[in-house]
Amino acid sequence: MKKTYKIEVDCANCARKMEEAAAKVEGVAAATVSFMTQKMNVEFAEGADVKSVMQNVVKACKKVESDCEVYL
Amino acid sequence: MILIAGCVFMTKKQKKVLYRIIASFVLLVVISLVPVEGWMKAALYLIPYLLIGYDILKKAVLGVAHGEVFDENFLMAVATVGAMLLGEYKEGAAVILFYQIGELFQSVAVGKSRRNISALMDIRPDYANIEKEDGSLEQVDPDEVAIGTVIVVKPGEKIPIDGEICEGSSVLNTSALTGESLPREVAAGDMVVSGCVNMSGLLKIRTTREFGESTVSKILDLVENSSMKKAKAENFITRFAHYYTPAVCYSALALALLPPILNLIAGNPANWADWVTRALTFLVISCPCALVISIPLSFFGGIGGASANGILVKGSNYLEMLSKTKYVVFDKTGTLTKGVFEVTEVVPDKKWADSAAREEASGDVRAARTASDILLEYAALAESYSDHPISKSLRKACGMSNVAIGMPNDYIGQEVEGAQVSDVEEISGYGVRARVRSEAFADHTDNGKAGSAQAAGDTQTAGDMGTESREVAVGNAKLMRQMNLDFPEPDKAGTIVYVAIDGVYTGYILISDVLKEHSPAAIRELKAAGIRKTVMLTGDNRRVAQAVASELHVDEVRSELLPGDKVEQVEQLLAAKGRKEVLAFVGDGINDAPVLSRADVGIAMGALGSDAAIEAADIVLMDDDPRKIALAMRISRKCLRIVYENIVFALGVKAICLILGALGYAGMWLAIFADVGVMVIAVLNAVRCLKVDGRMR
Repeated sequence: MKKTYKIEVDCANCARKMEEAAAKVEGVAAATVSFMTQKMNVEFAEGADVKSVMQNVVKACKKVESDCEVYL
Repeated sequence: MILIAGCVFMTKKQKKVLYRIIASFVLLVVISLVPVEGWMKAALYLIPYLLIGYDILKKAVLGVAHGEVFDENFLMAVATVGAMLLGEYKEGAAVILFYQIGELFQSVAVGKSRRNISALMDIRPDYANIEKEDGSLEQVDPDEVAIGTVIVVKPGEKIPIDGEICEGSSVLNTSALTGESLPREVAAGDMVVSGCVNMSGLLKIRTTREFGESTVSKILDLVENSSMKKAKAENFITRFAHYYTPAVCYSALALALLPPILNLIAGNPANWADWVTRALTFLVISCPCALVISIPLSFFGGIGGASANGILVKGSNYLEMLSKTKYVVFDKTGTLTKGVFEVTEVVPDKKWADSAAREEASGDVRAARTASDILLEYAALAESYSDHPISKSLRKACGMSNVAIGMPNDYIGQEVEGAQVSDVEEISGYGVRARVRSEAFADHTDNGKAGSAQAAGDTQTAGDMGTESREVAVGNAKLMRQMNLDFPEPDKAGTIVYVAIDGVYTGYILISDVLKEHSPAAIRELKAAGIRKTVMLTGDNRRVAQAVASELHVDEVRSELLPGDKVEQVEQLLAAKGRKEVLAFVGDGINDAPVLSRADVGIAMGALGSDAAIEAADIVLMDDDPRKIALAMRISRKCLRIVYENIVFALGVKAICLILGALGYAGMWLAIFADVGVMVIAVLNAVRCLKVDGRMR
């Protein structure tokens, strides 16, 4: 399953870091962050609980880039 | 000045940074005028330093805590803290101040171009009008409109949902979708797609799709996700940054430690301050921001500029591939040709035409009519019952040439009622035979061939209109042979329809698929753009294919292919090309889906309203103009050139500055330029991608 979230991030490098961090979260099969469109595409692994996975994704992103926003 | 001008576009966050910059700048100037020394001086400079740099220090600490050591915040923090420790208070504070100015400038510039590009692609309708029972209009969210609802689109509004016009007529501007500025006329019964702007009249549209399935949503979805598919150049930067940052950090560390230690060993003064300053300068220079920001921005600009011209690119990787395309394979029908059969030639039999011409001279009232017109009209009438594509094109040609003087244009339509066309006999595989009686051409045939008419014994039908009915036979060569007629067999590409009236051969009509007006120019432009080979694939017979190919100057033709053969042909071509060469396939997207996805780059054209094409292709040309292929290629090349310019420029300047910094020739100020200046120049260069010379050459 694939979902798109609106995000807010200031720089392209930060977006890249968020992408790396999000992809490492358990339950995420693939993640791409587009700085240009300020969107995050998350492909969830089979049977993953979207809600809890996304909470972890947000946590992971905040860790690498403290002033990013992900709108769930 | 720039900052003040940029103020208008700033977000709250950016404004806050701006105030901090102004405040700390003023503080710095004031403090530099205060004559203090020692720890007092350090304490004073610490105020603006912390004011402007606290968030960077915080991020650096958090980064280290989370194991993200080598980012630009860390670099900045180490460099400035180091400067402060060395007693270079003013430099320390100034460096971080200028870094913030640069970051702010970048953030504003990038944000602005991001919005500009997004605005180009913004075709999202905000609402749909639904008529309430009392006749007033209600604005609702297009998402909530069910299929089959009648929506009202006022002049000046966007059509929010795909549908069929049930009332009203208007002119539509499709430029947001196709880049084509020529307006399109529509009336009740026409299908319209969302995203077009209604320019003149009020339209009532019965929706045929949900908003989410409508053209505009699909296009938006496609464009917004396009930056998710990254080009090799982008991935290169990601990989590069991964190794680059740690590498420069260790180099800086080495620069700070090794020379002084070597000095000590050699018995010279260690000169710590000098080497640490150099190392810090080195760190500031090394920030990879320019690359990291400008490459995606270039691609984004290229995709944005393309979509403003009606070219949708599904990802930066396809833009990159397109720029390397060396082979272009076309499907013929619907891509290079219009895919509709048209009457391209009417050749009356000379003998018959001469007799008709004599009639003109002898004072026929309908003098304007030529033998060709008569021939065409007879054929069209005889075929008026048939739904065959050939019959349709005959009727169409007839309506256009306006032969029936004194009668309305839908003349043929009236005839279908059966009043004047009778005894229609379809001979499958041969053609059609019918009795046609028409006032309009009574004169010619009556007088010109009175003998044969009499012989055919039609006089009994000459009734109230004073005309006779004729037996018209329309069909292929087999039909003519069956009738034992003498007729020419010209060697022409297309379908030849022979016409015989009352058992006399009267001429033939050539029906063929016509080239799109711009197809020859499109092939020429591709050649000029350095395409090595153009290939045309078609299911048509060899003769038709050769004729089209020689007119277009296509390099190679493969004809008489079944749909499945096309995939095979493309695979052969793929196998034959060089590894770094790219093959693009251009099709109309209706039956080419497998080939579109098999080729390196699949380009679908004329896709307005065709979902299959949008799904299967990598690049979608929203209108039918094949010249857009060359335009797309020019856009992609310009974009890639800018990307490489930025890579070379940023890396080059950084490399030079790094060397100068290590050797001690570059101070902090040059370091700031190498970081912020290069980034700004690279961003401005990237924005050029957006500007597309849309002219067709």
